[in-house]
Amino acid sequence: MPDLPDLAQPAGWLPLVFMGLMGLAMLLYVALDGYDLGVGILLGLATDAEKDTMIESIGPFWDGNETWLVLGVGLLLAGFPIAHGVILGELYLPVAVMLLGLILRGVAFDFRVKARAAQKAWWNHAFHAGSLIAALAQGVMLGRYVTGFQAGAWAWAFAAFVGVSLAAGYTLLGACWLLMKTEGGLQSRAVSWARRSVWLAAAGIAAISVTTPLVSAYVFQKWFSFPNIVLLAPVPLMTAVLFALVVITLQHQPRADERWSWLPFMGTVGVFVLAFFGLAFSIFPYVVVDRLTLWQAAAAPNSLSFILAGAVIVLPVMAASNAYAYWVFRGKARALSYE
Amino acid sequence: MTATADALVMARMQFAANMTFHILFPAISIGLSWLLLYFRLRANRSKAARTGDARWVQAYTFWVKVFALTFALGVVSGVTLSFQFGTNWPGYLRTVGNIAGPLLSYEILTAFMLEAAFLGVMLFGGERVPPRLHAVAATLVAVGTTLSAFWILALDSWMQTPAGFVMIDGQAHATSWLAVIFNPSFPYRLTHMLLASGLTVSFLVAGLSAYRWLRGQGGPDVQVALRTAVWLAAVLIPLQIVAGDQHGLNTLEHQPAKIAAMEGLWQTGRGVPMVLFGVPDEDLGANRYEITIPRLASLYLTHSLDGEVKGLDEFAGVHPPVAPVFFAFRVMVGMGMLMLLVSWFSAWKLRRGRALTAGLARSLVAMTFSGWVAVVAGWYTTEVGRQPWLATGILRTADAASSVPAPMIATTLAMYLALYVCLLVGYVSVLFYLAGKAAPERVPMEIQHARPA
Repeated sequence: MPDLPDLAQPAGWLPLVFMGLMGLAMLLYVALDGYDLGVGILLGLATDAEKDTMIESIGPFWDGNETWLVLGVGLLLAGFPIAHGVILGELYLPVAVMLLGLILRGVAFDFRVKARAAQKAWWNHAFHAGSLIAALAQGVMLGRYVTGFQAGAWAWAFAAFVGVSLAAGYTLLGACWLLMKTEGGLQSRAVSWARRSVWLAAAGIAAISVTTPLVSAYVFQKWFSFPNIVLLAPVPLMTAVLFALVVITLQHQPRADERWSWLPFMGTVGVFVLAFFGLAFSIFPYVVVDRLTLWQAAAAPNSLSFILAGAVIVLPVMAASNAYAYWVFRGKARALSYE
Repeated sequence: MTATADALVMARMQFAANMTFHILFPAISIGLSWLLLYFRLRANRSKAARTGDARWVQAYTFWVKVFALTFALGVVSGVTLSFQFGTNWPGYLRTVGNIAGPLLSYEILTAFMLEAAFLGVMLFGGERVPPRLHAVAATLVAVGTTLSAFWILALDSWMQTPAGFVMIDGQAHATSWLAVIFNPSFPYRLTHMLLASGLTVSFLVAGLSAYRWLRGQGGPDVQVALRTAVWLAAVLIPLQIVAGDQHGLNTLEHQPAKIAAMEGLWQTGRGVPMVLFGVPDEDLGANRYEITIPRLASLYLTHSLDGEVKGLDEFAGVHPPVAPVFFAFRVMVGMGMLMLLVSWFSAWKLRRGRALTAGLARSLVAMTFSGWVAVVAGWYTTEVGRQPWLATGILRTADAASSVPAPMIATTLAMYLALYVCLLVGYVSVLFYLAGKAAPERVPMEIQHARPA
């Protein structure tokens, strides 16, 4: 492990704070845009009437969710400008594919209700395809990133596998969201979608946990040396417990009184949080695995403190206003109108 | 990490394509957010307090749909850009990341806080939150779009006229953030762009409303929107001409090579002419087929008939490519003159409640997207005019490019272009489709509001 600098100095702690903020933004992005991408993926399985309800359930939130990605990438750009160039240069192709997917679904969301009725089916397809493409591409980006952009067929196969697993995880989130936000036939269907995708998502997380240390000697040494192996044992254990909780709850859903309908969603978010901390622990203190630590890649301290001054004011307001939007549109999804 | 010549050209084309596509939507959403707020306030002020003045409510309801669509396209194309700084220009962040990073993050923070969080409430919350709170949400969205423009233009202006920094080991470090933000060209550029957005929206609203009127949809709501837009355009265009002139003088002071290219002025001289038309020829070092007005350029650039203006000969090797800047500038100015003509003529024809005529309506429809043409031409003038520099005097564009191979950039460029063309066609056709279809909310306003919300 590389040496840590003096954390009492601004040049020591400021990059660490930015790493934390960036990680938080990325985690929020994955959990929040994850469910609306998942709903988009599930759109391929739904009837036309269900499609309308599904999209109405994410309508007021999706663009707010997506801006967390802009914030995460923006903090990478501002806090670690050199790493931004290296990482996005390496990820050139999957990033381009992801952006095409995000553009397609973002505009399809608006076009499908405003264009001629005959074109609506086409825009629904675009929304589904865009969501699936974006989810797969994000998984590939993650897979490439955690292995430090290793060359070779195996590294790419691993990345492709992470792509499928992340898409499965998003699908699970999406299905659990629909369980909370919809009623009737669609809600029952959402439960059966969730029951199926939960196994794929669990298999994906298990496989990534096993393969990441095998692909990277650095990660292996971090997790399987003593005493880390003991101290870290709660992370996989808690993940397993949460998965079990989600699976068991799903057996008894949907219920007429709506009790516990929120639990599968929150449990899945918990799994994502744990997986995120696992990955963050694997990579720390690198920004680019084996190449750049977060201190080597950081911007000048006076640039970082200038941004931090704004972020300290804006981030709490942002969190509160986002929470307010979720509160205004709480409860079961209703038809949206611009009235 | 130097790029081949092909890769550089491809990277620039890709970034230019994405920028061009992106700017179309903020150019509308900045101005439209304020216009919507105006509609909202006019509606709330009415005596019929429960429902609001139906005309303004209906105008709001129609245009907020356009805003939602425009905003979505702005967000998705903006997400693209935040990645492409890294994928296409890693050298940019290596060299000026300490300056660009904070300005971009303030853009994201303010935009994020004010737009995205309140947008859901503004668009769909009309029935769920009290009217006054709804107006507050609309205000915050408008302030957010404007602040976004503030920060982005601060960064762009800093790249044009850098200030408030020192270079240490090949990296720019800020010495005064106020000097960085309020760099010499910033106030002029910001004013010019905000006015441009207002004009873009004026002509869009006037044009689409005229189209609705021609299609038999010209109810009282369409009439008030059209008149508001025509008057707004007529007021903004003279302000824009003054702001553009001041911006030009500022450019002459700080970036004389850009002015020389805009004017097609090859030799330094006194009493230089204005070139009305010509074809700049870099090999010849002169314009072919030129039509000029003697001494006029000296007059408006130096406010003296025989003032000296520097020509391109002063900047051998470090001036921008002349033809694109020269033509883009003429397109922008030409469009501005057309806007002046149409908006003043329309305002005069519509004075004191006089009725719209079919001929006037058609000319307004023809001008619907005139703002886009002017905005894109203006951006090409200023950004191509900055070349060969990415950040003036600090970093050349060629030194900032990535080492991604040219064929990969070409492939993704083709994908982006195909998508953008489809989306533009989709956007414009949906606007006209929305405008042409009979609005279901027109008649039963009271009935709608009577049902339990």
